[in-house]
Amino acid sequence: MKKFITTSLMALTLAGAAHAENRLDIVVQPEPPSLMLGLVSNGPTQLVAGDIYESLLRYDTDLNPMPSLATSWEISDDALTYTFKLREGVTWHDGKPFTSADVVFSVDKFLRETHARLRVSLKHVESITAPDDYTVVFKLKQPFGPFIGVFEAGTMPMIPKHIYEGTDYKTNPANNTPIGTGPFKFKAWEKGSYIHLVKNENYYLDGKPALDDVYYRVIPDAASRAVAFENGEVDVLPGGSVENWDVKRLIEMDGVCSTGHGWEYFAPHAMAWMNNRQGPTASKEFRKAVMYATDREFVKNVIWNGYGTVATSPVSSKTNFYSDDTIKYNYDPDKARELLKASGYNGETVRILPLPYGETWQRWAEAMKQNLEEIGVNVQVVATDVAGWNQKQAEWDFDIAFTYLYQYGDPALGVARSYLSSNIAKGSPWNNVAGYKNPKVDDLFAKAAIAPTNEQRQKLYTEIQQILVDDVPVAWQLEIEFPTIYRCNVKDLVTTAIGVNDGLRDAYLED
Amino acid sequence: MTIVTAISGRLLKAVITLLMIVILNFFLIHAAPGDPAAVMAGEAGAADAQYIAQLREQFGLDQPLLTQFWNYVSGILQLDLGYSYRQQMPVLDLILERLPATLILTLTAFGMSLILGIVFGLAAAARQGKWSDTIITSLSLLFYATPLFWVALMAVVLFSIKLGWFPAFGYETVGADYSGFRVVLDRLEHLVLPAFTLGLFFMAVYLRMTRSSVLEVSQMDFVKTARAKGLSENIIRRRHILRNALLPVVTLAGLQAGQLVGGAVLTETVFAWPGIGRLMFESLTARDYNTLLGVFLISAAMVILFNIMTDLVYRLIDPRIGAGGSS
Repeated sequence: MKKFITTSLMALTLAGAAHAENRLDIVVQPEPPSLMLGLVSNGPTQLVAGDIYESLLRYDTDLNPMPSLATSWEISDDALTYTFKLREGVTWHDGKPFTSADVVFSVDKFLRETHARLRVSLKHVESITAPDDYTVVFKLKQPFGPFIGVFEAGTMPMIPKHIYEGTDYKTNPANNTPIGTGPFKFKAWEKGSYIHLVKNENYYLDGKPALDDVYYRVIPDAASRAVAFENGEVDVLPGGSVENWDVKRLIEMDGVCSTGHGWEYFAPHAMAWMNNRQGPTASKEFRKAVMYATDREFVKNVIWNGYGTVATSPVSSKTNFYSDDTIKYNYDPDKARELLKASGYNGETVRILPLPYGETWQRWAEAMKQNLEEIGVNVQVVATDVAGWNQKQAEWDFDIAFTYLYQYGDPALGVARSYLSSNIAKGSPWNNVAGYKNPKVDDLFAKAAIAPTNEQRQKLYTEIQQILVDDVPVAWQLEIEFPTIYRCNVKDLVTTAIGVNDGLRDAYLED
Repeated sequence: MTIVTAISGRLLKAVITLLMIVILNFFLIHAAPGDPAAVMAGEAGAADAQYIAQLREQFGLDQPLLTQFWNYVSGILQLDLGYSYRQQMPVLDLILERLPATLILTLTAFGMSLILGIVFGLAAAARQGKWSDTIITSLSLLFYATPLFWVALMAVVLFSIKLGWFPAFGYETVGADYSGFRVVLDRLEHLVLPAFTLGLFFMAVYLRMTRSSVLEVSQMDFVKTARAKGLSENIIRRRHILRNALLPVVTLAGLQAGQLVGGAVLTETVFAWPGIGRLMFESLTARDYNTLLGVFLISAAMVILFNIMTDLVYRLIDPRIGAGGSS
């Protein structure tokens, strides 16, 4: 009897493990709070909803714009007018046509109210008009180079006007069944288990998407996620899904491929805020000492298993206008000790706030603690969870606090916000948390955002980087690489600068 | 004291206890650093004062704490557990949706651990001192002492990865669209590892408790008397030893039954089981106050309920209890 049960159970397990053809299983962690990309713009939401919603453009891995809902665009010679021609014959998932009225509504009304990040760019916009059903014109107040880079699915998703106009966006019942124009439609969401998307049969590109079903699997434990990939339950592990030591192991398995691409738009930049307002970190010498004392090559090679690039500037080397022409803080504990002495440090405890996102970050905090103790600083690593970490940054209750920020392709979009003195305000972990004040830098950032040519912008951003690296308000650490791990028979998964987030349009399974 | 008086007295105390728990939990949760707006803003990758103010207003956090408390308690009295902004649905619906998964897991584990624990405990007691007794008690000590999450992970490594007998995690085979009996089999298959993992610890507890209780009761005078009267070993074991020896086991079972709702956090997390325990932990991390309070409320209610039921079961087993007054 026992044998019968075991055998039948075994048979069922084996039968169940093989997935239907043309189906892809991807891990999502943590479970997104919502799939309405216009209201919620966090990582998990974008991973799932990035194939439900679309924007006017997409970007390749060199950050060059490509057509999406817009087939062509023109920037006037004075760089003040952006004219987009929209694709004709596009329908929303409920069958209604997509037109320029939707674009104007999405940007001017909906996102202006709900999207904090886009609001910053919209400050430069004077007007948004639709001369006909398939043309949209953005008029700017002054030239704003980064503007061509904000037409991305997570930054400016197109929202159906006929569903949201005149309603309370946050409580609109359509939020539970998101309607977009994208290659995949929402089918079902078993909370705590999975989200199921199905192919949009009426998608405007012939033959796309190739996949029929996509399942986003919710698996809360990191080890379980690795197991899920190992025994075939999931096919794709987006960057950051498993701990670093598992990444190496999984990539070495047969039939497993990986890529570091697909993060160029975000360019996650790991750094540690240093409280410029109070404590030992308020002294520039102390901050320089921290930079010389911390061995970032070690962190990259040991804690990150070789993934990533040591950061040398507030701008990532993958972002436009990066400059290598800055002071280099090579690992030099002796120099660090000298600077520590010069700073007048008198032995008080310096608190390090680690990022509460897993073991790797915890070890990183401990590595920094070790480095700093070696040069004579008293260090305490603070215990925290996500909510506490958010709050401590927002309330400036830290000495050194780990974080990582996205760059969004252009220093005006992702970098300036951390260093502008106008961005100093309690209550958010995304502004100038360190409290750095430098009117010259403020002025340079303002000029660089609206400088009319790329050459001029580069000149200004180079100067900014030189000043910032010398003032070192923040301890830049690592340009993080989050490899996407997938089975080699999944093709064309990562072809854009946001990778898996909108890559399913083109992905297909090879036999 | 009649049974009706006993129950109504208990229920009144239960309501008061629940109320006090709600008050304590409410203020305790709000004392933790951060709030749901901070968490949502933190996940958004960008936030400004307007965004955070919008969130605070939406979540009702811009009102004074006492007002929030009053709103919450008035809601509870009308059986409205509030709205989860994180999950975008009413808390009661959310809990009812996740409750079955937890109950299937914990009831299975509970039943298994109770039955196996008692059976093996009796076996060990009957073979006291022999090598089979030593093996049973040593194994039970092993299961009792080993951390639950490690047992869970080792079970996955052995039974799922190496042997391929059972799925490594999850509640069901996703997207398989089974129907009828196939669904039942699928669920059972997914249930085995998590239920055993969760059950092994409690099985060890019941085993040792049963064993020592049986041994103690077997030494008592009334057992010797029964033997002297010439009763068969079977009847002695069933009517005299077992009924008395099981009293402490029933107490323990009653206490643990209260954990049927909230007690499987680790197991649910490792096995990606979509239950209440995991919901509670995730709500804590996200500072989803309403959901967290709702789960605590239901958990507390279960514990109180099972305490009352344990007392009632006691009366059935032991007629001396509840005789009240003079016996």
